[in-house]
Amino acid sequence: MEGLASMGAYIGAGIGAGLAAIGAGIGISKLAASAIESSARQPEMAGDFRGTAILFAALIEGVALIAEVIGFLLVLTK
Amino acid sequence: MIRGVFSVVLLSFFLAGTPRFASSEPASSDSLTVEKKEGKADFIIHHIVDGDKIDFEPFGTIVLPKWEPIQIGSFQVDLSPTKHTVFLWFNTFLILLLALTAASAYRKNSSGNFIPSTIGNLFEIMIEFIRDDIAKPMIGEHHYRKFLPFLLSAFLFVLVSNFMGLIPFGLSITGNINVTAALALVTFLTVHIYSGKSYWKHIFLPHVPWGLYPIMIPVEILGMFTKPFALAVRLFANMTGGHLVILTFIGLIFILESYYVALLSVPLALFIYLLELLVCLIQAYVFTMLSGVFIGMAVQNEEH
Repeated sequence: MEGLASMGAYIGAGIGAGLAAIGAGIGISKLAASAIESSARQPEMAGDFRGTAILFAALIEGVALIAEVIGFLLVLTK
Repeated sequence: MIRGVFSVVLLSFFLAGTPRFASSEPASSDSLTVEKKEGKADFIIHHIVDGDKIDFEPFGTIVLPKWEPIQIGSFQVDLSPTKHTVFLWFNTFLILLLALTAASAYRKNSSGNFIPSTIGNLFEIMIEFIRDDIAKPMIGEHHYRKFLPFLLSAFLFVLVSNFMGLIPFGLSITGNINVTAALALVTFLTVHIYSGKSYWKHIFLPHVPWGLYPIMIPVEILGMFTKPFALAVRLFANMTGGHLVILTFIGLIFILESYYVALLSVPLALFIYLLELLVCLIQAYVFTMLSGVFIGMAVQNEEH
């Protein structure tokens, strides 16, 4: 039973970290695509887009990192 | 006003090192993995968690003193220094030394146009960057001067703390959730002390049909706390994650017990290290910018 529970914790942490990576990857790729497209359309506004893109990338990344921390805690305290 | 914000910042930096409430077991509460069996990868965790030894490994180890816990109410607060506390104070004194050196040149030559020294130039770049790219657009022309010292303190502290983890024998205290939580607490307090009328109106009287109030008001109140929570966890997880990846690549050599792994893992670790240089800067920028955004949302009073 003990072994089964810790095995479940490992599997859950791995799957959770992977799903978080998928979600953040989709989010950031959509963001980067839009940011590059907008700065190609309006090169004079590229500086503004860069700051906004970093802001939203940080917000997306924050959600993913919370999932990673939960996975980390699952492995440590299994 | 400026001095008040600064003292709040300093107070919270002081508190960041101390909240180790040892109510039940006094000795081993700070480490998550004390009871685990010895493994090959344990040195990774040993590097991440706080402890009372500072390793200067080829030259020896400094064992920090252990003080008696202080009784405050029903809590036993252990105030004995840990390695993160030591580096917290070291970073603070480093920043004070650099900033006061840079500021004294300006105080002496307050009138006239003089050429700043090397360190003055460095600080001028950072201060102008924070003022023109973060404070003015995010907080607004009317209010930004009041919050500029806080944003600068937070930026410098996070930046120096992040970079301390990348130099030999250093460690980044922002990889400790207590430090980042204290930093986020300062942002939370700043937002709520200086918040205008429209901020509270947005929470308790949002622009939705009144039938949605039972849903919207709890969500908005929850949002008050999730913003600083995400701020703390983002910084903590970024720094811890970067260190974990570097140490894991180096640790592969010891886990697989072969010298040839080093041919692959050392260049990979070097690549991640260079990435970390970028991440340290970006995280300091992001922390400051998000603090500015939250403060800006709170202090702006125009109707929408």
